[in-house]
Formats: sequence, structure tokens, C-alpha cells
Amino acid sequence: MKILIVDDFSTMRRIIKNLLRDLGFTNTDEADDGNTALPMLRSGKYDFLVTDWNMPGMSGFDLLKAVRADENLKNLPVLMVTAEAKRDQIVAAAQAGVNGYVVKPFTAAVLKEKIEKIFERIQ
Amino acid sequence: MTDKNENHQGLDPEVTEKLQQQSSELAECISSGDYARAMSVINELSEVRDQSLYREVGRLTRSLHEAIRNFQIDARSAEQKEALSKMSDASDRLAYVVQMTSQAANRTMDLVEESMPVAHTMRDEATALRDEWQRLRRREMEPAEFRELYGRIDRFFAGLATDSDTLYSNLSEILLAQDFQDLTGQVIQKVTALVKEVEENLLGLVVMASHVDQLTGTVHQIEEKEESAEKGVGPQIKAEERDDVVSGQDDVDDLLSSLGF
Repeated sequence: MKILIVDDFSTMRRIIKNLLRDLGFTNTDEADDGNTALPMLRSGKYDFLVTDWNMPGMSGFDLLKAVRADENLKNLPVLMVTAEAKRDQIVAAAQAGVNGYVVKPFTAAVLKEKIEKIFERIQ
Repeated sequence: MTDKNENHQGLDPEVTEKLQQQSSELAECISSGDYARAMSVINELSEVRDQSLYREVGRLTRSLHEAIRNFQIDARSAEQKEALSKMSDASDRLAYVVQMTSQAANRTMDLVEESMPVAHTMRDEATALRDEWQRLRRREMEPAEFRELYGRIDRFFAGLATDSDTLYSNLSEILLAQDFQDLTGQVIQKVTALVKEVEENLLGLVVMASHVDQLTGTVHQIEEKEESAEKGVGPQIKAEERDDVVSGQDDVDDLLSSLGF
């Protein structure tokens, strides 16, 4: 299971990386915005994408839309971990095809629950 | 008070009185057919307008100077302007807050990542020793095995003392790494005070400028800029007071399940 973590803050990437490791996912890579993430996703055979929303360059929402529009990536499970808390945004993310939405600040238990739920649905 | 009074805002009573007086004189001149006099009254009218405009511009210039002084910028030299600007100092201060908080977060995570394997090793060794100990108690152990266990327990105790020292000192360093809160708190309070001051001064300027607009009859077309929800707007402050914002993960889950998730 190879996971890409996208967030513009290195501390947040590190926290998510640590929590994923505790859940048994040790194969993770990092990117700091959508523009860096997209080429990695296209060439890297990732199984799962965890992304922030608000980032300089390409936002996580645009990344999500780009992933869903890409023939090879459209089925990639995407979990959004973000401080964006407007109802309209959550609805927009759901319509764009997000698989899970975790609002910051979050706990390890919430992250675990959402990830497990996503994998349950896929399997 | 009525709309009529609000329309007079920014005009001196002296000026409005003169305007009223001259306009009735103008009406009289026209109705009596004295067009030469009417023309000169029109000239006088525009003079009154110009004069009050100059006066207002003068007032605006003075308050502009005042506001600039309040920002403590010495506009005479670029160097001083930079050095004395509280605003550039404020952005330096905020950059310092970002740096301090990121340093503290990284230091804390370094120590946590260092401590976790120590705790893991302690647990693993304790579990293994307990199994051996059970075997000994069930008298399932050969004397040679027992001698080995004897040494292993000895090493475990010694290791336990060092490892718990490591954990203890890492924990107290994590505690110390939180000292940024005191420093960043002070810095943010200072910057907040400055922002409030700037806001008040700007408000004063806006009021002054609106007086000039009223005198000249200028109407500005200001396009409303909306935050782009697509780009992301960041954390919501006072979320519990707003309807268009979720207040936590439970809210998110409810919303998503209402959408059939």
C-alpha cells in the first residue's frame, strides 16, 4: 500500500505520516501542493491519496478534480484532511468525488476510522 | 434625524447657507429676466463649491499627515521609512511566530519519534521476559536456561533504568519546547494592538475621503471581492456562531451521510 500525503505544511505531513505508520502504512511519500503531487501520482503507482485543501499553487480541491478527470487515476481513493469547514465546500468535495473528509483539528482515532471505512468500501 | 440632514454631512453650515441663499437669488434673477446677474450668481455658486472643496482637501491632507505620523513612518528617507515602519516590523514579528511554532512542532516530533522505539523495545523485552518467567514458575526450565535468564533479567533492569531516563528527559524537553507559547503570545498581542490602531486610523481616512467625494459628487464603483471557496479559505473562526460552517467532524459526517455517503 503506497500512500501520497499532500500538505503545504511539513509539520502536518509529518503528523499524518506518523499516524499512518502507527496504522501499519509505512510506504508513504510527500508533496507540498497539487502541482507537485499530480506528476508523482501519474508516474508513481499510488494506492491512496491524503490531501489538504488550501495550498499555494494547486489546491487540494483542484487536485481532486484533476485526479477524477485522469483516466488512469480516476479510481484512486482520496481522503481530504483540511481546515476548510464551510458546508458548501464539503458538498462540493463530495460532488467532485472525495472518498472521505476529515476536518482539522482531528484525532488519530478519526483518521483511522475514515481510512478503514474507505478501504472497507473499496474491498 | 432625516435624510436631508445626512446629505449635509461634510458640508459646513456656512457653505450650505450660502448655497441656499444663492440658489434662491438665481431663481429670482431668472424669473425677473435679469440673465446677466443670473450668470454671475452661477459663477459665485461654483466658487463656493471650489472653496469648500479646497478646504476639504486641506483638511484631508492634514489628517493624512496625522495618520502617517501615527504609523510612525518618516516619509523623508526610504531607509528610515523601512526601519521605522511598524507594519514591516509586524510582518517580521509574525514571521518569527511562524518560525517559532514550526521549530517547536519539529523539536517535539523529533523527541516523540525518538521515544516511541524506546517504549516499543521496553514493551517487547518485558513481554518476552514475562513468558520466560512463567516457564520458570511452571518449573519447565533447564538450569542452563535459568542461568541465561538470570543474566537477561539483569541486563533488562539496567536497560530499564537508562531507557526510562531517556524517556523522562525527552518528555521534559517536549515540555520545554512549549515555551514558544509565551513568546508568540506576546508577539501576537502586540501585532493585534497595531492592527486595531491601523484600522482606526484607516477608518478616519475613509471618513475624510468620503467628505471629498460628497463635495465633488464622486461615486466609486467598488467590485465586491469574494473569497474563493475553491482555492480554500483556511480555518473558520467563531464556527459555532455560523450556520454555513461545520463545527466539527460529527457535523461533517452528518452532512456527508445526508448526501448519501
